[in-house]
This record gives sequence, structure tokens and C-alpha cells, in this order.
Amino acid sequence: MGILDFANPTRFMKLTQLVLPWLVGLCAIAFAVGLYMSFFVAPEDYQQGDTVRIMYIHVPAAWLAMMCYSIMAISSLGTLVWKHPLADVSAKCAAPIGAAFTFISLVTGSLWGKPMWGTYWVWDARLTSVLVLFIMYLGLMALWRTMEDPIKAGKAAAILTLVGALNLPIIKFSVDWWNTLHQPASVMRMDGPTIHPDILLPLAVMAVAFTLLFFVIHLIAMRNEILRRRVRTLRLRAASAARPAGASATLQPAE
Amino acid sequence: MSSWALSLFQRELRLAVRVGGGALVGVLFFLAVVTVIPFGVGPDLNLLARIGPAILWIGALLATLLGLDRLFQADRDDGSLDLILMAGRPLELVVLIKCLAHWMATGLPLVAAAPVLAIFLNLEPTAIGAVTLTLAAGTPALTLIGAIGASLTVTLRRGGLLLAVLVIPLTIPVLIFGVSAADAAVNDPVPFMTPFLILCALSLISLVVGPFASAAALRFSSD
Amino acid sequence: MDLGPHAGFIIASYAICFGVVAGLILWVRLDKSQLDSTLKDLESQGLTKTRRTSKKPDIQ
Repeated sequence: MGILDFANPTRFMKLTQLVLPWLVGLCAIAFAVGLYMSFFVAPEDYQQGDTVRIMYIHVPAAWLAMMCYSIMAISSLGTLVWKHPLADVSAKCAAPIGAAFTFISLVTGSLWGKPMWGTYWVWDARLTSVLVLFIMYLGLMALWRTMEDPIKAGKAAAILTLVGALNLPIIKFSVDWWNTLHQPASVMRMDGPTIHPDILLPLAVMAVAFTLLFFVIHLIAMRNEILRRRVRTLRLRAASAARPAGASATLQPAE
Repeated sequence: MSSWALSLFQRELRLAVRVGGGALVGVLFFLAVVTVIPFGVGPDLNLLARIGPAILWIGALLATLLGLDRLFQADRDDGSLDLILMAGRPLELVVLIKCLAHWMATGLPLVAAAPVLAIFLNLEPTAIGAVTLTLAAGTPALTLIGAIGASLTVTLRRGGLLLAVLVIPLTIPVLIFGVSAADAAVNDPVPFMTPFLILCALSLISLVVGPFASAAALRFSSD
Repeated sequence: MDLGPHAGFIIASYAICFGVVAGLILWVRLDKSQLDSTLKDLESQGLTKTRRTSKKPDIQ
């Protein structure tokens, strides 16, 4: 499968260099179309008026937040089970992006909730489990940054990620299992979506746009991480050969 | 300000934010505590609004306590503490600078996070402002008093929990007046200024007592 | 265009989303330029990816 092609970092760098410009272009087009549709094509809701337009960023951000954690979980399996060389790079780079999307979904949800429900926050099952997801993302980012050796940090983070993956089904089904203030599932259901296509289509376009954005940033971040490990290897080699670092030695910032 | 003080301050700040420094993990712990409490007391927003200032203060106190053993432990482990002790600079001033850097890296982010976390607890804007202000005035006291415990336990391998146990009784007055001031801003009978000024006084007292006691403890530990 | 009585919330949401995404893009770009300049630095000191002499293997 193509995954094995990516095992070699140099090969990965070359492949992503070819693919990235196309992804960036597609992403920009998708956002342009999506934003246009969100504001000018989609109708206003008969109850909520124009505030429903917040949905076009809130829902894709929430989907991405969960998809990102799933990717991290698969990458963690790649580290622990298949020992894929780039799996922990993928997991490490996905964490800040996932945290950012979770943050967007929490904040936009809060801003949508204030005019609609009258409160910025409520401790219901869906909101609480997404907040817990956010804390888990931040915890993983912290874990990555407390260990010097990236390989060891990768293994530790992989274990924590897999244990935390139990939260994902809880988030997804929380609105169905418990009576909550947050509205129940209306798109990804067994019987098919209950939303009208006029609203569903801009939502789908924005979801595609956000997904492409995730992959663009993820791949660029992975390339950066590979470069960072190269720097670390060179520095370790220099230190072990007792080569003087020279007056221009730069500070190693927190990763 | 003399240059050695500035260099020490910059060193402390840089170490705090690097890999293994753990400065911002305190905020994450603060967030975790505030998230966990509604699981325990229930999601009733009115109840949370009433006890909100207390939750934020206790969360900030616990987060500060957890970060305190970073103050001297790492330096002791790699020998820098001995070098600092032998450098001939006034030890009280050294402790003061370390505490200042520690507060900027650990305490100040807590103060900044408090208004955001207050939203989760359904606090009204006056209460949010009052809690943030009292935390800004009180967290330096927590760090300075905590330095006493940190220097007492610096020679112990697993001193972290003992440090917390030693420091908590000393910080109870700060907690009392901090929460009292925050509550006073919302409820009418007691004016906000009375407990708030006492809180400021406690911080100023700890500004003197903390470094002196901590320096004395460090001298004893190094013998 | 009229966004209704809650326009402020809609604009704030999109602005925050835009800001966070811009922050992510800024992060990866700044990171890359910092790493590139560090690598160039190390290269100028004579350290390259390929081993030129037989040294002992990497520590990691």
C-alpha cells in the first residue's frame, strides 16, 4: 500500500513536495466556494435566522476535531504495533491541529449558544465530552514536550492516545444516549440525514474544505518535524564528536 | 537593577518554558480541576455560580502547589543550586528573583486563564473581574510562601507531596481573603476593598517573609 | 448584508475561526523558516546529513 512508500522520510519529503501545492489550491477553492455558499446561497433558518450560519464552521470544526483524534489513534497503532517510522511524527503533528479545531468548535458553539439558548456554556454530555477531548489534546501536547527523546515520547504518547480513544464514541453518541441541550444527530445517522439539501450542501463543502486544510497543515507540520529531528541528530553527533559548537550556536526552543 | 539579577531572572524564565520546564502545564491542570468539579457537585449553573470564585481559587492554589517543586529541585539535581549558594550574592535576593520568574511563568498564566474558566462556571462579569483581580494580587503570595516549603523539602527525593502539605496551612489566609474579596464584589454587605486590601497586605508580607525564611532553609540544607 | 440581530456573534465566530486557522498557518511557516535557518547554520559549521568519517553510531 502507499503507506509503505511513505516509510522513508526522504521519500516522504519528495512526495509531499509534489502533492502539497495541489492540496493547497484545492483547499483554497473549497473554502472560497464553501464560504460563498454559506453566506449567499444557504437560506436563513425559520427559527434561528442568520445565526444558523455559525453552523457552517462549528459543525465541520467538531467533525475535524474527532477525525483528527482518530488519525492520531491510528498513528499510535502504527507506532506501537507496526513500528512505522513516520507514525509518531504524524501523531505529534496532528495534536496541535486537533486542539485548534476543538477550540474553534467549543468557542463557536458557545457563541452560537448565547443567542439561541441564552447561555455561553452548559454542562451537558456533548459539551463536556468535547471539553474533555480538548484537555486530552493539550495533555498529549504537553507529554510530547516533556521528554527529550522523540522516540520515547512517541511511544508514551501513543499509549495515552489509544486509552483516550474511548472518549470518541462517547462524544458521538452522547447526544443520543442522554437528553441534552445540544441538538441530536442530524447528519450522520443510520437513516440518513434529516437536514434539507439546501443547508446540507454548503455544510458538506465546508467540511471538505476543513478536511483539506487539516491535511495541508498536517503534512507541512510533518515535514517540519522531520527537519527538527534532523537538526537534533546533527547536534547530538556534533556533541558526541566533541566538536566545538561555535559562537553562532542557537538556542534550542521548546518543541 | 544589577546585571547578575537580570541574568538570573532571564535564566529562570527561559528554563521554565523549555522542554521539561512545565510552566504552562499548570494552566492545563487548572483547566482540568475546573472541569472535574462539576462532575462532582453536579451541573447546576446557579450552584456553580455561587461557589465559582472558590473553585477558581482552589484550582489556582493546587496548580501553584504542583509547580512549586520546580523552584529549587532541578537546580539542586544538576548542581547549579550549590553554585548559586557559593556565588556570594545575597541569597534572599536570589530567592526573590527566582520566585518572581516562577510567578511570571506559572502564576501569571493562571491569572490569565481565570476569566476564561469563569465562563464555564457561569460567573457574572463583576464576579469574573473580581476573581481575576484577587488572583492577580494573591498568586504572588502563594508562590512566595510556597518557596519556603520548596526550600525546606529541596533535599528530599520525593518531596513534592510533603511540600504541598507544609505549604497549605500557610496559604489558608490568602485563600480566605481572596475568596472573600471575590464574593464581596458580588454580594452587598461587605465592601470589596476591605478583604482585598488585606489580601494585598498578605502578599506584601510574604514578599519579605518568604525570601528570608526560604534563604535560611536553603543555608541549613546546604550544610 | 444584514445578518440579523445577532450579527455580532456570527462575525465573532467567523473571525475567531479565521484567527485560529491563520495562527496554525503562521505556526507551520515560522517553524519551517526557523528550522531552515538552523540547518543552514549547522551546514556552514560543517555538519551534514551524510557521515564523512566513520564515527560511532548515533545515540538515539
